[in-house]
Amino acid sequence: MFTKIMVPVDLAHVASMTRATKVAADLALLYQAEACYVAVTAPTPGPTAHNPQEFAAKLEAFAQGEAASHGHRVSSHSLVSHDPAVDLDHDLLKAVKTIQADLVVMASHVPGVADYLFPSHGGKMAKHSDISVMIIRES
Amino acid sequence: MTDDTTNQGIPEPEGESDIIETDYEIGQDNYEGSVGPIGFDIHNPVFVVSGATIVLFVFYALALPEHASTFFGWLRPAVTSSFDWFFFAAADIFVLFCLFLIVSPFGRVRLGGVDATPDYSYIGWFAMLFAAGMGIGLMFYGVSEPMSHYSTAFGGIATEDGVRTDWAPLGAAAGDQAAAVRLGMAATIFHWGLHPWAIYAIVALSLALFTYNKGLPLTIRSAFYPIFGERVWGWTGHIIDTLAVFATLFGLATSLGFGATQANAGLNELFGIPVGSTTEVILITAITAVALVSVVRGLDGGVKILSEINMGLAFVLLIFVLLVGPTMVVLTGFVDSLVAYIEYLPALANPFGREDVNFSQGWTAFYWAWWISWSPFVGMFIARVSRGRTVREFVICVLLIPSLVCVLWMSVFGGTAIQQVVVDGFTGAQDAALELKLFKMLGELPLASITSFVGIVLVVVFFVTSSDSGSLVIDTITAGGKVDAPVPQRVFWCIFEGAVAIVLLLGGGLAALQAMVISTGLPFTVVLLLMCWAIYKGLSTEAR
Repeated sequence: MFTKIMVPVDLAHVASMTRATKVAADLALLYQAEACYVAVTAPTPGPTAHNPQEFAAKLEAFAQGEAASHGHRVSSHSLVSHDPAVDLDHDLLKAVKTIQADLVVMASHVPGVADYLFPSHGGKMAKHSDISVMIIRES
Repeated sequence: MTDDTTNQGIPEPEGESDIIETDYEIGQDNYEGSVGPIGFDIHNPVFVVSGATIVLFVFYALALPEHASTFFGWLRPAVTSSFDWFFFAAADIFVLFCLFLIVSPFGRVRLGGVDATPDYSYIGWFAMLFAAGMGIGLMFYGVSEPMSHYSTAFGGIATEDGVRTDWAPLGAAAGDQAAAVRLGMAATIFHWGLHPWAIYAIVALSLALFTYNKGLPLTIRSAFYPIFGERVWGWTGHIIDTLAVFATLFGLATSLGFGATQANAGLNELFGIPVGSTTEVILITAITAVALVSVVRGLDGGVKILSEINMGLAFVLLIFVLLVGPTMVVLTGFVDSLVAYIEYLPALANPFGREDVNFSQGWTAFYWAWWISWSPFVGMFIARVSRGRTVREFVICVLLIPSLVCVLWMSVFGGTAIQQVVVDGFTGAQDAALELKLFKMLGELPLASITSFVGIVLVVVFFVTSSDSGSLVIDTITAGGKVDAPVPQRVFWCIFEGAVAIVLLLGGGLAALQAMVISTGLPFTVVLLLMCWAIYKGLSTEAR
């Protein structure tokens, strides 16, 4: 049913998305699909890495770690954004096309009042993406 | 929106660069959480201390207006008159150091690693650095400053008890119209040319180098790592960053306050809109609202687009004035002004033994302190958008090209206004208040109502582009160098800046706090000199 599952991850907060990554791995195994872990970084140094290359290497290491834990096929794709706080949704939507994914599995928080002003990334993905988006509540 | 060329995943490593190994992790001092529904990710203690200090100073200016006015009214001229030689010498060093970087092998070092590619096209990059750097000043001083220097130079030297009381640059040009025009243009270009852009280039280059090549956070303290080592992550760094936030926010808020007053006067002249605090508050609110939309849309979707619109409009106005004004005179004047600038530069930049005390202290030292106090903001913004350029390319584009554009701008606007006086005998622009000079000059040209309207739009949009880029800079510093802090944080700083401007406008204190910001130019001059050394040391270990 699915051949490539896109899994957006925040490398600075991987502990808060364990349910989503587990579901993504299970689905990948069920459908013999590849899970592609996608993350966005700024060109400036951040908490995760000094530069985009180091960031890409860490994302790949994360993907390989998931493969080792769950036994599914993995790949990684990192993106550089000038202003990730604002451009993240746009970048993720673009990544869907770039990697030719047919399903997105991503973590999201329980919506609150703030989501009326600043909608969640998961909500935006579901609203604007052409492919199926599975939102996993982490709490 | 991201750059398509870099958005196809990360290709090959971008080459050798000399990362500084430090135990500090970006964001390790940050508080992450939420207040009600609004998330935050702020540096402890820079966010709280800088916010609280700003509120405290606003309170001081409002509660003790006379004291604040007397103290800062004394401090600012005291700084620029006692340390004028220091500002002069330091600014000269910055220019020479930048020129050295262009011709030295350091020029080959690429910001972001040897194989890094530029994040922005030349047009987008140039528009952003120019709009943040000095846009609004060009609108107000493009006509007034050349005329002022021309008038004082033409008026000649006046002395009282052996001390010069005139405001003419150097030895003036009493009664010699052609020489007064040349000296006036040279003095104006001196204030808007190589020196201010060298100041910005030093700050921007040091931040870009230590961020993109050394892997340190994008915040002012990072440039001091070679000097203070690991101590920059402690209180030494907290103070540096807090000072930068302080100078940036007050610089922007006081400019916004005064700008609203000036824009109000312009609107009154053009459309009869009443002058008063209500109109000014509406103007500040409107400018802040547009800046808010811009920061929420982000660097590419907001700030860059507005900067490009701004530069496009400014270019159209420039070409219009050039074509319908005395074209040949202005074009010849451009070359002549450039030659005059080069000719007078050594004398104008001389730090010692100056007899033109009013000009050198009241104009030049004031300008240098002003540019330097703005340099943390403009420098950091330029750094953020300059990844992928070589040091040579960076310095040429930040130093030489904007200087040439300023020469052209001043030649066209100032040259046209001076021609109106000299040839047509029209003194409307000469006699008008600062904020009206541009419009009076445009009023003598065809299609005045259209060009004046474009002028008003440019004034407002130049404020917006300073306000939005300033909010992004403050947000990044107060988030410990993280550029992905929650959006409500940048919204907060943008609104805070507008609110401070409104409070100071209504309660008084704009002049006092602007004088205070300019006074911060003195400690920042020392900071910039240290940055030169840090750049030299940082570049020495880079692959080239």
